Amino acid sequence: MSEPIIVFDKVSKWYGDFHALRDINLAVAHGERIVICGPSGSGKSTLIRCINALEEHQEGKLTVDGIEITDVVKAIEAVRKNVGMVFQQFNLFPHLTVLENLTLAPMWVGRVPKKEADERAMAQLARVRIAEQAGTYPLQLSGGQQQRVAIARSLCMTPKIMLFDEPTSALDPEMIKEVLDVMIELAGMGITMLCVTHEMGFARSVADRVIFMDQGQIVEQNTPTEFFAHPKSERTRDFLSKILSH
Amino acid sequence: MDTALHTPVIARPPPAHHVGVLAWLRKNLFADWKNALATLTVGAMLVYWLPPLVDWAIVRAVATPDNDACRALEHTGACWGVIAEKYRLILFGRYPFDEQWRPLVATLLMVAMLVASCTRVLWSRWLIVAWIAVLAVFFVLMRGGIWGLTPVETARWGGVPLTMLLSTLSIAAGFPIAVLVALGRRSHLPAIRALCIVYVELIRGVPLISVLFMASFMFPLFMPPGITVDVLIRVLVGITLFSAAYLAEVVRGGLQAIPKGQHEAAAAMGLSYWQTQRKIVLPQALRMVVPSIMNSFISTFKDTSLVTIVSLYDLTGSLALALGGDANWRQFYLEGYLFIGAIYWLFCFSMSRYSQWVERHLNVGYAR
Amino acid sequence: MRSKRRDWSWRSRAVRGLIYQLVAVAAITAAIWFLAHNTLENMRVRGIQSGFGFLTQPAGFDIGESIFAFDSADPYWKAFLVGLSNTLRAALVGIVLTTLLGTLIGIGRLSRNFLIRKLCTGYVELIRNIPVLIQLLMWYFVLNEWLPPVADALNPFPGIFLSKSGMSFPVPEWEHGHLVTLGGLALGVAAAWLYRRWAGAAFLRTGIPRPMFWPALAIVIIGALLGWVAGGSPTALEMPIRNELNVSGGGAVTPEFLAVAIGLSVYTAAFVAEIVRSGIQSVPWGQTEAAGALGLSRGQSLKLVLLPQALRVIIPPLTNQYLNLTKNSSLAVAVGYPDLVSIANTTLNQTGRAVECIAVLMTVYLTLSLLTAALMNWYNARSAIRER
Repeated sequence: MSEPIIVFDKVSKWYGDFHALRDINLAVAHGERIVICGPSGSGKSTLIRCINALEEHQEGKLTVDGIEITDVVKAIEAVRKNVGMVFQQFNLFPHLTVLENLTLAPMWVGRVPKKEADERAMAQLARVRIAEQAGTYPLQLSGGQQQRVAIARSLCMTPKIMLFDEPTSALDPEMIKEVLDVMIELAGMGITMLCVTHEMGFARSVADRVIFMDQGQIVEQNTPTEFFAHPKSERTRDFLSKILSH
Repeated sequence: MDTALHTPVIARPPPAHHVGVLAWLRKNLFADWKNALATLTVGAMLVYWLPPLVDWAIVRAVATPDNDACRALEHTGACWGVIAEKYRLILFGRYPFDEQWRPLVATLLMVAMLVASCTRVLWSRWLIVAWIAVLAVFFVLMRGGIWGLTPVETARWGGVPLTMLLSTLSIAAGFPIAVLVALGRRSHLPAIRALCIVYVELIRGVPLISVLFMASFMFPLFMPPGITVDVLIRVLVGITLFSAAYLAEVVRGGLQAIPKGQHEAAAAMGLSYWQTQRKIVLPQALRMVVPSIMNSFISTFKDTSLVTIVSLYDLTGSLALALGGDANWRQFYLEGYLFIGAIYWLFCFSMSRYSQWVERHLNVGYAR
Repeated sequence: MRSKRRDWSWRSRAVRGLIYQLVAVAAITAAIWFLAHNTLENMRVRGIQSGFGFLTQPAGFDIGESIFAFDSADPYWKAFLVGLSNTLRAALVGIVLTTLLGTLIGIGRLSRNFLIRKLCTGYVELIRNIPVLIQLLMWYFVLNEWLPPVADALNPFPGIFLSKSGMSFPVPEWEHGHLVTLGGLALGVAAAWLYRRWAGAAFLRTGIPRPMFWPALAIVIIGALLGWVAGGSPTALEMPIRNELNVSGGGAVTPEFLAVAIGLSVYTAAFVAEIVRSGIQSVPWGQTEAAGALGLSRGQSLKLVLLPQALRVIIPPLTNQYLNLTKNSSLAVAVGYPDLVSIANTTLNQTGRAVECIAVLMTVYLTLSLLTAALMNWYNARSAIRER
């Protein structure tokens, strides 16, 4: 599997007149774990949201798992079956129980019978250590618990790629660790991961590559050790000094 | 991976087919085949119906009060002449012709007060004083009898001034009642709470017309024998009680939104119940519900059209008065309806837009 | 431990509360007694009797339209019943029409298509700001003035005639065969329900989604058709026939009914559209995104995620609008449609029994409102999204 699983080829995206992503060139290998950081408004979330077509790019070619992302609906749905996403605001379905949240996509998209879907869901819930809450409703759980359920929900579709869009930014500090622990465990399983986050400790311990973005461009990318020890660009140094100071 | 130093990319404008008129057309009208079909269908309907409508309303219309020209049209064109001929009667009812400047001035004063009352900047004790003064001036102007103005009895009041009077007075008088009822509904005293709940649910469960019937037919029975009450007063009482019930719910919503901490802080400071309500709770609650009160006012303004049914000649009733008895102009009712519809629409639409604007711009200090 | 000492003086909050309540109740009772006393006095002076006995007396007036037979010899209570049936008839038709129209316009306001969006917004802003009475009067005037007289009635579809006298439409002539058809329909509905249960269970068991809607509809139709054939295929429709002077036969509704039904539907649809729109917009965009990210199609995401949440927000204010429509049907008195208020008005004018007539009127409407409120509370409690 030497072919990269995600290829950005001079991809550009505009919001109206605002040039949000500028000529992005990026290749992600199978099983690679990438952390993307940068100041707000730099296009980090936009970048990963283009991968599962939640955002539409206007220029360039984006290929995910061999499928080129255009506005053809079938292609997008095929891509989304293999890409899981965890949102900053969890986005669990409040009118369904935790178990129903997890079995919804396998049953309706994956055509899995209910019994098997339930078993798979319980296995995922056990993995994120929240199996006892299977019958509760999302809004009855704490933020950390909800995010773990959200991770389990994405895993139920056995995706090849997992996208994390600032997964711990909306959590109270004491709950960040439980979510990061789950993500570290996930990182050891061979799934391709792209994670937008400010948690640099996570980057140091798990990432194969750290990417720094600013003003819609990839400014610098390197292994974590090199990145944190010897940042090459002035802007990278500036950013690191701000977030590593406390 | 490419760890070489990155060369900055300068921002550039989006590709040509994503901006400009063509892009807008593509996105908004022809996004996919379903949208394109819808655009073409609607476009075809507009092309089919709009020109004849414009033809009827403007091109062939007769605007002068010429009855023969209007009849000659035979409905191929609008007869706006009926408005030109009857507008004084429609707008002012049976008010004496020469004195119609008085209701005009009175109405304009009232509208000015309404506009002023929306801005929190002007809220103070003086606003209430100003309101009382304006209402007094309104009555004096309409009623006459002093300061050299010829007296005009209330039976002759009609048209726009009557609509303004009914809606404004019913909200103004209904407001204190609404506040008391809202407070009563949240009271800990079960008898008071029960009374307020019964009042609100009773009024909200029945149509306004039945309340007006009650006012019109039952109030004379309620008075001691021999005492008659002016029909205007009766209807006013009916509409006031009606709007007070709905306003009470609006105010109650505002009261419910005040955090318990406010009551507790006031109690800790030693304020009594009424002091707390007057100085702490009500000012905050009322500020919050100003948009809803505006909506209530617009609803009441529309509801005043119902007084036609109990024979008061508000704007709707005066139209019937103007056209109903006149065989020459009676066939042009539609133009009349369009005219008064336009007046109501103008007023209601303006008030709602104005209240949205005020909410956004002039009350920023209190936005949550 | 001694219990709290009861202080019976004015300073005690409990005592003051008690006294306030006693004063309030006493004041209300005194006011009611005063009003009642005056009323009885006035009625005595004017020679009006009180009591509900008049309801059994013959009405002495005819009613323009009614779904069951009524003539002037029938008692007043039957007249009220006719009025109630007319109110409910107009309200039901209005509720169905306004839901359809309002939902379409509400969804239209969110459309990507500029023309549709602006037209729907224009509709809402125009209709909302004109009083409903004026709209009813306008519809009545248009129907009366611009429709041709009966002799030249419009015939837009076979069997349907439109004129100043109203609308005529074909009704099936009641035969034994129709009963069998209805039986077939009922069986079809039962079979369709069973199919849906089977399809749902099969989906859960095997994971392959089965179509739920179209097959069920087909089963219902087939059931009705089979019943119809078995009943001897009764095709007799009583068609309205246009002859020299009028259109006779078939079912008919008066222009008053049409004005009330159409006018109320159009007016309330503007409010329904706003409710539907804000209900759909109340579901956070992240929900649709999450559903899409999981691979659900647009249709699935709508059915499984968006609509269940939107409906919870839409249904309570929607039932309130239904109630408003029913209350607004009381304005039918202005166009001459004999609804409950109109009948009460006529009775009141004839007998002078203002208190009784208005009491009946208010009781009926109050009952409808309270029933609706109870239904709404039950629905809210049942469907509430559970939180901590």
